[in-house]
Amino acid sequence: MSRRKTERLLSLVVCLLSTRRYLTAEQIRQAVAGYPEQSEAFKRMFERDKEELRELGIPLETGPLTPLDNEDIGYRVQRQAYELPELRLEADEAAVLGLAARVWRSAELAEAAAGALLKLRAAGIDTEPGADPARGIEPRLATTEPAFGPLWQAVRDRRPVTFAYRAAGRSEPQARELEPWGVVNRHGRWYVAGRDRGRDAVRVFRLSRIEGDVRFAGPAGSVSVPAGTDVREVVRTWDSAPPREKTAVLRVRAGAGYGLRRYAAAAPGDVGRPGWDAITVPYSGTGWFADHVASFGADVVVVDPPDLRDAVIRRLKGVLA
Amino acid sequence: MSERTGRGASWAEEREARNERRAAREGSAPKRPGRERETRRAGNTAHTSAERLRRLLALVPFVVSRKAVGLADTAAAFGLTERELVDDLNLLWCVELRDPDPYCPIDLSYEGGEIVVSQAESIGRPLRLAVDEASALLVALRMLADVPGLEDRSALSRLIAKLETAAGEAAGPSAQVAVQVDRPAGDTAQLRDALERGRRVHLRYYVPGRDEATERDVDPMRLLVVEGRTYLEGWCRRADGVRLFRLDRVLGIELLDVAAAVPEDAQPVDVDQGLFRPSAADVHVTLEISPAGRWVAEYYPCESAEELADGWLRVRLRTPDVSWVRRLALRLGEDGRVIAPEELRARVRDDATAALAAYASG
Repeated sequence: MSRRKTERLLSLVVCLLSTRRYLTAEQIRQAVAGYPEQSEAFKRMFERDKEELRELGIPLETGPLTPLDNEDIGYRVQRQAYELPELRLEADEAAVLGLAARVWRSAELAEAAAGALLKLRAAGIDTEPGADPARGIEPRLATTEPAFGPLWQAVRDRRPVTFAYRAAGRSEPQARELEPWGVVNRHGRWYVAGRDRGRDAVRVFRLSRIEGDVRFAGPAGSVSVPAGTDVREVVRTWDSAPPREKTAVLRVRAGAGYGLRRYAAAAPGDVGRPGWDAITVPYSGTGWFADHVASFGADVVVVDPPDLRDAVIRRLKGVLA
Repeated sequence: MSERTGRGASWAEEREARNERRAAREGSAPKRPGRERETRRAGNTAHTSAERLRRLLALVPFVVSRKAVGLADTAAAFGLTERELVDDLNLLWCVELRDPDPYCPIDLSYEGGEIVVSQAESIGRPLRLAVDEASALLVALRMLADVPGLEDRSALSRLIAKLETAAGEAAGPSAQVAVQVDRPAGDTAQLRDALERGRRVHLRYYVPGRDEATERDVDPMRLLVVEGRTYLEGWCRRADGVRLFRLDRVLGIELLDVAAAVPEDAQPVDVDQGLFRPSAADVHVTLEISPAGRWVAEYYPCESAEELADGWLRVRLRTPDVSWVRRLALRLGEDGRVIAPEELRARVRDDATAALAAYASG
């Protein structure tokens, strides 16, 4: 059954590619073996077949049978629209291609990369399996978040989406409606950026905080990305750390606190206690930095400023609460 | 066997060819091996007619562009067994169109294990790249442009330009997916040098979980870029095993005048399985975290997460070393509680008490 269907679809592709003029459905039925005689059954099967060809990316065209006839339409595939243009790669380019095709580790794009490679090989390009243009560097990228697939489709097809999003620190997820402009991976995490319809403003969402399904909220082509938008830049701006304008003086036990010493403004000073150093570290937000300092336990004590010192003491008391 | 079966062939020839093809389809034609009908599906075989059609449309140009190519090489390129490939070739060969006159658009042979397509009709060139296909390659290539230490940037930019041209409109949406690779502090030149010359390195490496700057000799194996971060994989002589070192945590590096000696049985990390590998010696830890502490579940690989009242979450994770969990618990303060194991819970309370005592003493 499946083999017969493959044969029918293949014949259909060849038939549509071989014609310059549009063919009627009836002419196609005559030419392609495997369609039923009965007209309703044929229509249904032909509809499904056309859909399958479109899904494969075959540019199926419809048009009038004669210039003056707007009643009956026919079908064809133009070779120019179908065929991959001539493409020749140098050996070094082909080696990089092989490396790029191995990057994706997740179903959606790994399959797409394999599909692309197959077509390029079919165009006569050989990707040497032994070539190693990166000299031992092996880049890998996964999309483990379930939201990635639908969001990529939405970005690709310019469709708005809705999803439930649990922002940091919130106990309940909130419904969001977004016109997605792009998907960006930064520091190993995936984000989607776009216009939040509810807030009428540019927003960035982390994919791992999306709960449940991402649903399309409009037809393809109904989202327009403002000209000149650089989604990388949108996410970078949103994610970048505020400037470290504050300064803390910390007492750090000798041989400890490397995670803070790395960012110290100058060489450690003397605090008048043996076995301890004083360091000066720039920071931005008191809350986040207090968390970080607290994680060093008894090895680091805040000397100044007092609000940071109090915040760390609160964290530590919270552990005992 | 027919020599040609294009549109120019006479009706008599067409009929003869068609009959031969029919016979071939029934599996009775002589001289053609492997006529058996499909009886099983191997791992790489397409599962749907559409997938198989995609393959068939690539198979014809694959052969055409190479003039002639061996069965074995072709089967390997398409991830098929030879028998599956032969079944594909037979299917192609059997295609016929009936109008205006019956004819067989594709003619090919694979006598002596070599495939030759003598008539490819209109499917002699591969189909254009779809948006997903063009994007998968272009996004990966643009990411490679950011990867530290990739030598041949000229080949990379030439390839990107060629693919963009070939993909045409399908290349457009790829600009809406971007991957930013973290640039490790400092240069990877020393490490690449060590890899190339097979030299041992001395690393000063920060282990945040234990707040330690460790000193160790490492025999480099390769550089990995996983999820936007760069790692050195090497045989650690201190741990006597394969270890990954995040380059942004390397405090210092020194090339030693010693040849690297990676044991032959050293197993590279299978990055496709994730970087965290569970071990039987792991400790199972249960934490409860508040809404403000939920980032923990995103940041660390948790085995399970269970919703509790008021947006709290109970997570279970496993780790070979609990010292980082103690530090995490201090960081979380009232936004997290260690539930199990009991001795870890006690250690965290001791840590907090000792830290508060340090404040009490000035």
